[in-house]
Amino acid sequence: MADLARTRERRELRTRWLLLTPALIILFIAASGPLLITLIYSFLTPGDYGGVQWKFSTDAWFNVVFQRDIFDDTLGFADAHLSIFWRSVKLSLMTTVGAVILGFPTAYFIATRPANRRDFWMLLIMIPFWTNLLIRTFAVMELIRNEGTINTVLMALGIIDEPIQMLFTEFAIMVGMLYVYLPLMVLPLYASMERLDFSLVEAGYDLYATRLAVLRRIILPLVKPGLIAGSILVFVPSLGAYVTPRVMGGGKQLMLGNLIELQFGQGRNWPLGAALSITLLAIVMVALIFYVKSAGKEEVGHG
Amino acid sequence: MIEVDGVTKAYGSGKTRFLALDNVTVTIRKNEFFTLLGPSGCGKTTLLRVIAGFVDPTSGTVTMDGADLLKLPPYARPVNTVFQSYALFPHLTVRQNIAFGLEMLGKPRAEITQTVDEMMALVQMTKMADRQTGQISGGQQQRVALARALAPKPKVLLLDEPLSALDFKLRKDMQIELKRLQTETGITFIFVTHDQEEALTMSDRIAVMSAGAIRQIGSPRDIYDHPAERFVADFIGDTNFLPAEILSEADGVVQVRLGSGAEIAARPVEGAGRGAVTLAVRPEHATLGPEAGALLPGTLRNIVYFGTDTHYHVALDGGDSFVVRAQNQPDRASAVAEGDRVGITFPPGVGQVLRD
Ligand SMILES: Nc1ncnc2c1ncn2[C@@H]1O[C@H](COP(=O)(O)OP(=O)(O)OP(=O)(O)O)[C@@H](O)[C@H]1O
Ligand SMILES: [Mg+2]
Repeated sequence: MADLARTRERRELRTRWLLLTPALIILFIAASGPLLITLIYSFLTPGDYGGVQWKFSTDAWFNVVFQRDIFDDTLGFADAHLSIFWRSVKLSLMTTVGAVILGFPTAYFIATRPANRRDFWMLLIMIPFWTNLLIRTFAVMELIRNEGTINTVLMALGIIDEPIQMLFTEFAIMVGMLYVYLPLMVLPLYASMERLDFSLVEAGYDLYATRLAVLRRIILPLVKPGLIAGSILVFVPSLGAYVTPRVMGGGKQLMLGNLIELQFGQGRNWPLGAALSITLLAIVMVALIFYVKSAGKEEVGHG
Repeated sequence: MIEVDGVTKAYGSGKTRFLALDNVTVTIRKNEFFTLLGPSGCGKTTLLRVIAGFVDPTSGTVTMDGADLLKLPPYARPVNTVFQSYALFPHLTVRQNIAFGLEMLGKPRAEITQTVDEMMALVQMTKMADRQTGQISGGQQQRVALARALAPKPKVLLLDEPLSALDFKLRKDMQIELKRLQTETGITFIFVTHDQEEALTMSDRIAVMSAGAIRQIGSPRDIYDHPAERFVADFIGDTNFLPAEILSEADGVVQVRLGSGAEIAARPVEGAGRGAVTLAVRPEHATLGPEAGALLPGTLRNIVYFGTDTHYHVALDGGDSFVVRAQNQPDRASAVAEGDRVGITFPPGVGQVLRD
């Protein structure tokens, strides 16, 4: 009996792998192919007019973090790159935190509406999401530029005398990204909150938990999967964002995405661009592993 | 002591306005096992939720030992609930669930551990202390829910049909256990059920509800033997309803004339009219005999054998029907047969006049 079951199990496993093969091949070509090319390019020499020369070199990787002084040839950190790395990570983290702060109450609000109204509220969240990214970014720009809505209103009310410079700052980039990526936080959060049994919240109140305690001890642990998914969905694209920092930062406040674009464009240094791309990927991977690990550990501590 | 005074809860407005609770007034005494009994949708859960603080009444007051309960948020009320759906925290273990209330009250660690151990022993869940609540059976979940609500030693425990999901055997065990718990801990229990047998066996007092209003409050014996109105008599146990006419009233006894013309003493009820009334007589309080000299003559239509007892369905001469229930004796077949002329008798004072 056991033998029979085992053979059948093995046969089933083999069929499953066979069925999966085409998908795996496509996945391998589509996902690993470009990555492999990027990796190879990062070890080549830049061509004179863009492109690459097939000559092995680790210069690109060296230049990601270090630079030689043009005059005395001394070795130093590539301050420009490092500050862009730092800005990218910082702004992405702030965007993620901001998205949690704004997205959590939003998702909670929608999840606590009567069932037949929730779709309407979700539609309101989704409409901007379906709008072109550039248009959305320009909309935020219109709000915060010096002659924009916020400054005009504040000046008309006499609260300020001259416009506050918001556009072309890090703040502007963060606001832009927050606006653009907020739905990506609300969606998974809402999905896990909708499944939340609100009688558990009542049970919490019944057992002397205050609002804050109910939030911390009951709601947060139960919607944690949504929170993790939302954070990843916001943090990862923020880190590689290109359009928003370009428009909102006005080309002065570069992020990683802009730096990479610069190398493939004006910089004519494809290997450096490739090395930076891989670096971005590495940062994302490290951040994800760190995040998921720490989130998982907390769960074990609870259980 | 909890005093609910004139509590009304309305849902909707205008044409769809609907009273889930309609001017409910009831006093629940200290250490009492008080049961809310009524058909589905009559407002039992709503009343519990008003006391627990999850529903704000439209009007009326609720006080506990003289203090206004409605001013307090749910987490500040010395009241715990065993929810109809248990509502155990799925991300916590059995032990952590039971400890939750104590932790929220800020009890010292050692005291929490000790109380939780006691509670788990009480509901016989010690062996499963570290299981996730998704990994235990329905009956075990129910016991954890009970332990969780009992652990903070509330003054009042609200139990919303806590036994409804259990099988017959476990249900009987839990009934006994609950009753024991209530007497031992001295906690006031407000218990919701729509199972009349459960209500009769466990309660100190029962409130029978219908359509958002309390129809009658009394001890199980009061409610069963002396229902005040037709709804209560009908909802609890089987009852025969007889048309009757009140002739006179004196010293808490009324003299009534039945449809057959016979006269007998019966129990009066406050608020009943004078002339034509309805009289309720329980099937087991009446006896079947020969036609001659009986209160109500009729024809035997049907004999239904139930093992412990037999039901005799009689068509009265006036056109009403009447059921007599007689306890069976071993090896003694009934002396009557279907179609026989028979007579029904019941002692004076057994019939109860209803308010209708
Ligand atoms: N939030 C609400 N909105 C509108 N009507 C409600 C609401 N909650 C309860 N009701 C209505 O109030 C009435 C009483 O409900 P309640 O839950 O108190 O009944 P119950 O006696 O506990 O019934 P059951 O035995 O089925 O649990 C029902 O008719 C119900 O439909
Ligand atoms: Mg109910």
